[in-house]
Amino acid sequence: MKAQAKVSPPKVGILRFLGTNCDRDVWQAVESVGLKPEWLWHEDHFEAKDYSALILPGGFSYGDYLRCGALAARSPVMQSLRQAVSRGVPVLGICNGFQILCESGLLPGALLPNQGGRFIDDWVELTLENSKADWAPQAVGSSIRLPIAHGDGRYFIQEEGLKRIEDQGQIWWRYKSNPNGSVADIAGVSDESGRVVGLMPHPERALWDWMGGVDGRGFFI
Amino acid sequence: MKVAVKVMPRREVLDTQGRAVGEKLNRAGLTLESCRVGKYIELEIQESERDKALDKAKEMAEYVLYNPLIETFEMEVVEP
Repeated sequence: MKAQAKVSPPKVGILRFLGTNCDRDVWQAVESVGLKPEWLWHEDHFEAKDYSALILPGGFSYGDYLRCGALAARSPVMQSLRQAVSRGVPVLGICNGFQILCESGLLPGALLPNQGGRFIDDWVELTLENSKADWAPQAVGSSIRLPIAHGDGRYFIQEEGLKRIEDQGQIWWRYKSNPNGSVADIAGVSDESGRVVGLMPHPERALWDWMGGVDGRGFFI
Repeated sequence: MKVAVKVMPRREVLDTQGRAVGEKLNRAGLTLESCRVGKYIELEIQESERDKALDKAKEMAEYVLYNPLIETFEMEVVEP
């Protein structure tokens, strides 16, 4: 058992910044599938080998000052996260976590204020564009229903960049009905390796029937 | 030395703030062709040489003040 634990460390690190507010939901989601969550504070460093996965939860880090995720992306903990990425540790960014990964340059593109100018709190249908082995692997084309809650969810990437991420299979999820003006209906993307992923919808808010849906469970298994 | 950094959304990026402000102005009868909203940031830098102060401000702009994917920036010395 011990040898096995060394091969695949069981802990899932959850990054917390000033203003992160979906951290406890993500903690419960990780626990509910039998994995061991652990907090990673924004001012601290960590060892990549201690974690089997890392999650950046949603919220309003630094009150969305300057640009959403801009200040959090320059935190000490992100230096450790970069090292973990280079060692192949899977990383998931949800909502503000997605914004932080884009701002840090680990994911392509940027997130801008919603086209309609309003904060949107709703359920959306998503279609899987490219399957990612580490996160919610499903058949390409399958659809799920997840909640969104964001004011700055309009995914933007220049034409050239869009072509590149399309060609390289980096588009992860697309909205069936675009809620916020995102380029090419993009709801989530990955890096070139496919191990670092981010999406605006909240899988941790769709774990049990009483929440309104269970399609988020697959993200944490 | 005080350096001002002006950050503006790129032309090709829809500026929702600018659109909302522009609409309000137009509806008030204060007609205008377009309105864009950016950010103005003042940096007080311990540097007496102009070029060095601007170099430092540029480094700060590139580190975090602007995102080249969606914004452009300009700088000027506003106080010696």
